[in-house]
Amino acid sequence: MASQTNNPPLLEVKNLRVEFPTRRGTLLAVDDVSFDIAPGEVLGVVGESGAGKSLTGNAIIGLLEPPGRIAGGEIRLEGRRIDNLPYEEMRKIRGARIGAIFQDPLTSLNPLYSVGRQLVETIQTHLPLSAAEARTRALDLLKEVGIPGAESRIDHYPHQFSGGMRQRVVIALALCAGPRLIVADEPTTALDVSIQAQIIALLKRLCREHGTAVMLVTHDMGVIAETADRVAVMYAGRIAEIGPVRDVVKHAKHPYTKGLMGSIPSLGVRTERLTQIDGAMPRLTEIPTGCAFNPRCTERGQRCLVERPDLMAAGTSRAACWLHDRGGVGAPIVKEMVDA
Amino acid sequence: MPDGTGTQFVRLAGLKRYFDVSAPWLVRTIEGRPRQIVQAVDGIDIEIAKGETFSLVGESGCGKSTVARLVVGLYPPTDGTIEFDGNDMAARHSRSDMAALRRRMQMIFQDPYASLNPRWRVFDIIAEPIRAFGLSKGKADLQKRVEDLLRQVKLTPADGRKFPHEFSGGQRQRVSIARALASQPEFLVCDEPTSALDVSVQAQILNLMVDLQRRFGLTYLFISHNLAVVYHISTRVGVMYLGRLVEVAPTETLFTRPKHPYTRMLLDTIPDLDMTGRQRSPVAGEVPSPINPPSGCTFHPRCPFAQDRCKAERPIAISIEGGTVACHAIEEGRLPVEERTYVANS
Ligand SMILES: Nc1ncnc2c1ncn2[C@@H]1O[C@H](COP(=O)(O)OP(=O)(O)OP(=O)(O)O)[C@@H](O)[C@H]1O
Ligand SMILES: Nc1ncnc2c1ncn2[C@@H]1O[C@H](COP(=O)(O)OP(=O)(O)OP(=O)(O)O)[C@@H](O)[C@H]1O
Ligand code: SF4
Ligand code: SF4
Ligand SMILES: [Mg+2]
Ligand SMILES: [Mg+2]
Repeated sequence: MASQTNNPPLLEVKNLRVEFPTRRGTLLAVDDVSFDIAPGEVLGVVGESGAGKSLTGNAIIGLLEPPGRIAGGEIRLEGRRIDNLPYEEMRKIRGARIGAIFQDPLTSLNPLYSVGRQLVETIQTHLPLSAAEARTRALDLLKEVGIPGAESRIDHYPHQFSGGMRQRVVIALALCAGPRLIVADEPTTALDVSIQAQIIALLKRLCREHGTAVMLVTHDMGVIAETADRVAVMYAGRIAEIGPVRDVVKHAKHPYTKGLMGSIPSLGVRTERLTQIDGAMPRLTEIPTGCAFNPRCTERGQRCLVERPDLMAAGTSRAACWLHDRGGVGAPIVKEMVDA
Repeated sequence: MPDGTGTQFVRLAGLKRYFDVSAPWLVRTIEGRPRQIVQAVDGIDIEIAKGETFSLVGESGCGKSTVARLVVGLYPPTDGTIEFDGNDMAARHSRSDMAALRRRMQMIFQDPYASLNPRWRVFDIIAEPIRAFGLSKGKADLQKRVEDLLRQVKLTPADGRKFPHEFSGGQRQRVSIARALASQPEFLVCDEPTSALDVSVQAQILNLMVDLQRRFGLTYLFISHNLAVVYHISTRVGVMYLGRLVEVAPTETLFTRPKHPYTRMLLDTIPDLDMTGRQRSPVAGEVPSPINPPSGCTFHPRCPFAQDRCKAERPIAISIEGGTVACHAIEEGRLPVEERTYVANS
């Protein structure tokens, strides 16, 4: 659990910056992001669509799509720096020590090969097993992720599976070599709630029994509430708030987190409209000065328009918001600003 | 408002779709393997009234996306009929009549990656249906329409110049929603339209869908795994299990007075946001394979109320409390309706 303070964290991310050079200038998509994950810990990552969650995950597994590149900071796995490794070396680490589960099952599966063949090949790349042994392991993995009738489906092709079944195959692929860190990007969005519960139980068991660390990117607050030990909330390329799951979900400290939690549809009250945060996250090219959330924030003051808040202590969490600084948000804003 | 009589906008009757997933003939013969047929959709009747939101829920692989694809004509049915505004979609239509019918129904796919052409700019992706159906009066009008659509889904006109890969998953899903709206459809089939979106954008998109419905009288067939979203948006809900519809009911009734044993189990799996430590019960038992579905009521191997009749006889849907249920125990009156209440998230 997170309390094993003597051990170095399994994953350390420090001041990570990811940028995209484009014809319209360089876009800073991940801006000074730092966090750790301890062995056996699940860090949930939530936040606005386009906030940089997937890019952060891809930077860790060394799969940023060019022209995207790491422009600063460092990433360590079990104390060893991995952000500057040659491609071949990183590829080996990726299969064996880091398992990746992507948002889009189709990018991880080859449409031309049967599911069984893909699993067997991946297993044999990383483990010294015979073809027959690898096939047995592949079958076990398919059963573990809940594919009904695994024996009769192992030789089918990805397009013959439903969306949720394909995603489970991708999860099985990531687990092939028994990785130390799992970076899971929306692993359960395509799954129904009961399969979801099964996959989450599986991930938690891996953490508990093997000390695997998990970075879990998801939009599903129910999954976060049940799985994560800590949560990082991202907005416009930065971490807006990070803390223990209960504090972030139940006692949010950053106005964006509060809005996010308020938007969750709830059983029991059927309202005409859901609560929403008005406006949209700024384009990467148009990040306002000061706090990036200020055009949408109902609590902003003058200081928010000019000074950018870094993460600071806010109860048991840390939040990037002047409300938690002794200096406060500054003088109230009288004139209504034009929203983005 | 839907009243269940007469004016049905969309009618599915006895709809079936089977897939042959057998190994190639030669392999089958040599290895002595049998033919394998997936009964993805196995006889479904649904009527959707104009202006209504009808949702389909059920486990992964139960056939929801297949129903969606059948309805918009991406697969031909193995059996059964699909009627849209009084037109039998299988009947012979002239090319232009068919195009006109197709324009009136659009689909938003589960997978925003596979459904956008990576080589086209977003502007052209959204403009394509407008051009194809000749809906714009000239270039300036086309420009304006695309920009309006981009704004409606909370993107900016400048995003039109970009390619799909320059967007995050959620932004791409908004592009596909804008494209679906471009041909001004009356009926939208939405397959997991918000599952790639964060909850704040999800709230905006769901509010947008409700607004569009109110303004233009849109009708939705909505598919989602998120039962809280379904609860919020639907007029009626249909619960599918292994290719069959086991229960249909008005939303409030389905959630507060579930009848079919599978519906009850499904409601038990809703994640707990309050972190009370309540363990979610995954639906008990292994999900049977749709290749060899169990006999009689296909739910019987997992059903705590199963009796001999359930193994032998397929239950037919009976009307009850404004909905329908296909279950022997309910029909025989040996399973009382369950009352449920929910506490809203604080
Ligand atoms: N190849 C690219 N070129 C330019 N910009 C890009 C590229 N890939 C991603 N971006 C931008 O980087 C930002 C972060 O994207 P990312 O995919 O990390 O978002 P996300 O937080 O995972 O969102 P979602 O929840 O929607 O998946 C987005 O604004 C996106 O537009
Ligand atoms: N083109 C196809 N060829 C063969 N089998 C298919 C095909 N499409 C779907 N199936 C099978 O039909 C069944 C129903 O699939 P469908 O995609 O409709 O499920 P779903 O309810 O949408 O599931 P999910 O929630 O996972 O998206 C599955 O067993 C699937 O494997
Ligand atoms: S720093 Fe100011 S603008 Fe930013 S979230 Fe806090 S109060 Fe709102
Ligand atoms: S018909 Fe029988 S097996 Fe099927 S749901 Fe009803 S009681 Fe259970
Ligand atoms: Mg993403
Ligand atoms: Mg589907």
